[in-house]
Amino acid sequence: MKQSLLIPTILATLAGALFSQQTSITINKSGEKPAIAVIDFRGTGAAQPFMSVFNQSLFSQLQDSTRLKMVPKTVYPLAVPQQPADFNAPTSLTNWSNPPVNANYLAFGYTAVQGSNLVLFGWLYNVQVPTAQTAQVIGKIYTATLDEAGAHKVADEFAADILKLFGGVSLMGTKIYFVSDRNSAQGNKEIWSMDYDGNNQKQLTNYRNITTFPCVSPDGSKVAFTTWARGTPSIFVHSLETGRKLPYYNQSASVNAASDFTPDSKQLLIYSSAGGGFSQIFTTAPDGSGLRRIGTSRAIDVEPKVNPKTGNDLVFVSDRGGLPQIYRMSIDGSDVVRLTNGEGEAVNPSWSPDGTHIAFAWTRGFDPGNYNIFIMDIASREIVQLTHGEGRNENPSWAPDGTHLVYSSKRDRRTQLWTMLADGTAKRQLTTQGNNEKPAWSKTSSR
Amino acid sequence: MNKFRSSRVSAVLLALVLFAFAAGCKKKTPIPPPPPPPSRNLTDNTPPPSMGRPVINSFTAEPSRINQGQAATLRWSISNATDMSIDPGVGAVQSQGSRQVFPGSATTYTLTAKGPGGTDSRTVTVDVGAPPPPPPPANTTGPTLSVSETLSRESQDAYFDYDKSDIRSDAVQALTSDADLLKRLFARDPALTVIVEGHCDERASAEYNLGLGDRRASSARDFLVQLGVPAARLKTVSYGKERPQCTDATEDCYQKNRRAHLTAGQ
Repeated sequence: MKQSLLIPTILATLAGALFSQQTSITINKSGEKPAIAVIDFRGTGAAQPFMSVFNQSLFSQLQDSTRLKMVPKTVYPLAVPQQPADFNAPTSLTNWSNPPVNANYLAFGYTAVQGSNLVLFGWLYNVQVPTAQTAQVIGKIYTATLDEAGAHKVADEFAADILKLFGGVSLMGTKIYFVSDRNSAQGNKEIWSMDYDGNNQKQLTNYRNITTFPCVSPDGSKVAFTTWARGTPSIFVHSLETGRKLPYYNQSASVNAASDFTPDSKQLLIYSSAGGGFSQIFTTAPDGSGLRRIGTSRAIDVEPKVNPKTGNDLVFVSDRGGLPQIYRMSIDGSDVVRLTNGEGEAVNPSWSPDGTHIAFAWTRGFDPGNYNIFIMDIASREIVQLTHGEGRNENPSWAPDGTHLVYSSKRDRRTQLWTMLADGTAKRQLTTQGNNEKPAWSKTSSR
Repeated sequence: MNKFRSSRVSAVLLALVLFAFAAGCKKKTPIPPPPPPPSRNLTDNTPPPSMGRPVINSFTAEPSRINQGQAATLRWSISNATDMSIDPGVGAVQSQGSRQVFPGSATTYTLTAKGPGGTDSRTVTVDVGAPPPPPPPANTTGPTLSVSETLSRESQDAYFDYDKSDIRSDAVQALTSDADLLKRLFARDPALTVIVEGHCDERASAEYNLGLGDRRASSARDFLVQLGVPAARLKTVSYGKERPQCTDATEDCYQKNRRAHLTAGQ
């Protein structure tokens, strides 16, 4: 009960922080989200079979951005425009701006086939203005291949253009890196990537061993991960531009594991038993040189994640106080504080892009191993629980839009990747084959 | 007249014939060349000289090339000798005979025959080829394979409590028996190294378990070293929870996965 009251607070804080950085359109002086109506687009001829994919993709991206209020389709007027010429009656705009629709914006258009391409004609109108002549905010032509992937692509691009106007960061082009055992009968794991919506799943490594814990440099140029391919767990770095392995010098230690890149992509945070003790936190250059220890403990310290906004502080997991909990310290190892309250086991911290929140996995209220996803406001330590025992939920990773999270959920015997909004709604399964885990959402669109 | 003429012709003919004969007799006159001198390298077909000198009629090795451990057969035949021997390694022999020899490397055998008329000797060489095909598995495939087999059959896993790396009393017993086993195996195979693996159950996070598995492996390694196992021959590796023995969500299965396990290194 108390938690559910917290959710709007947290989201308001999140939204406030993100809105404040953006400019472009501001129509909601009252603080309410702009309302948008999105027609069901139709396609001519061979384009029509792909329109349900298109409509679903466009609507859910606008909805999931949490920046817009979606007007339910049931209250739309009977006459639905498909192109600007359809706004010929004086009531054309007021049909949308007046009750019951009460929209601020209307997205409409259609698709057609040109040659072998799918072409989208997309418009966004501000229906609050007096005449259709001045209503157009977006009027653009988008082209893609005539198939489902093409329908996704034009929906992505149109949604991105709309969201840009409302301070939203489009997830289009961002990738989720993850670990899958789907191609191995021996239980070996490899690094994979997919689009933000689960499309286009591709295997990136082939070490035929345990290969896991991917992390992506914020500039999108490299992925670092940990593999047993050489016997003991070691850090490997691959270029995302060429797909090739880059040199990385591993410490002579029983454990070397990659965890995160600094915001400038110039340092890698690792945990390693270098020096003969237990796993401790270090930074190195992306080639493994310049090893520098951060902090000292006689405990197991793992999963360092640096604040992406400041680069000055980091969160990590340590069992220095008993069971694993989440701690924070500055990048020079000073000012160590425990963030979680000591209950259960708290692991897998992931920063929100603005550096104000972390998402993490916690067993609070459940048996060991039964994690749920929580978010915490770092400043106030307020927490919100996003999953509630529907499987074992781990490894949340924040999307660059600050409103989505990807995480793994083990229900029955298989672990799969899901996305949800940062308020715990709109849960959607992205993977189905084999086991899939350790998602890491790239901070930039891939080129 | 006729008669006279005819006797003249005859005389001429006779003279011609005589001349011819005389010429023919002249060719036959030179002394025939001497027979070739007797040689030691007489073939078997050469009839033995009649002077009573010892002669080796034959001395062969069959086959003339063998592999180590195989046999070659020497055969010989000697005439007119009273004292016959083959060196090395055979000694006195009869005038006819054969003997199996097992030279370990290329060997030249010398047959010496002595008698009242003198001495004869001959040699044969037996070549010995490269080392024989691999001996039976017991000796060569041996050390590592059987050591790692022994290790996997006889070593005992050390089990741990949840989120702990302390050596429990049952683990003390397991590791004590492992220490004895390791000392024996290290003595048997001086090149052997052993890997102490640390494993965890599936409940804690994979990242944390990487550290916990490492701590368990170190803890078991340190205990073995305390019992006198040479530290230099032990390596540790943490598998976290990546290589579970079983995947059920039961305490039985969790316990099986919280372990230190020994395997032979490469």
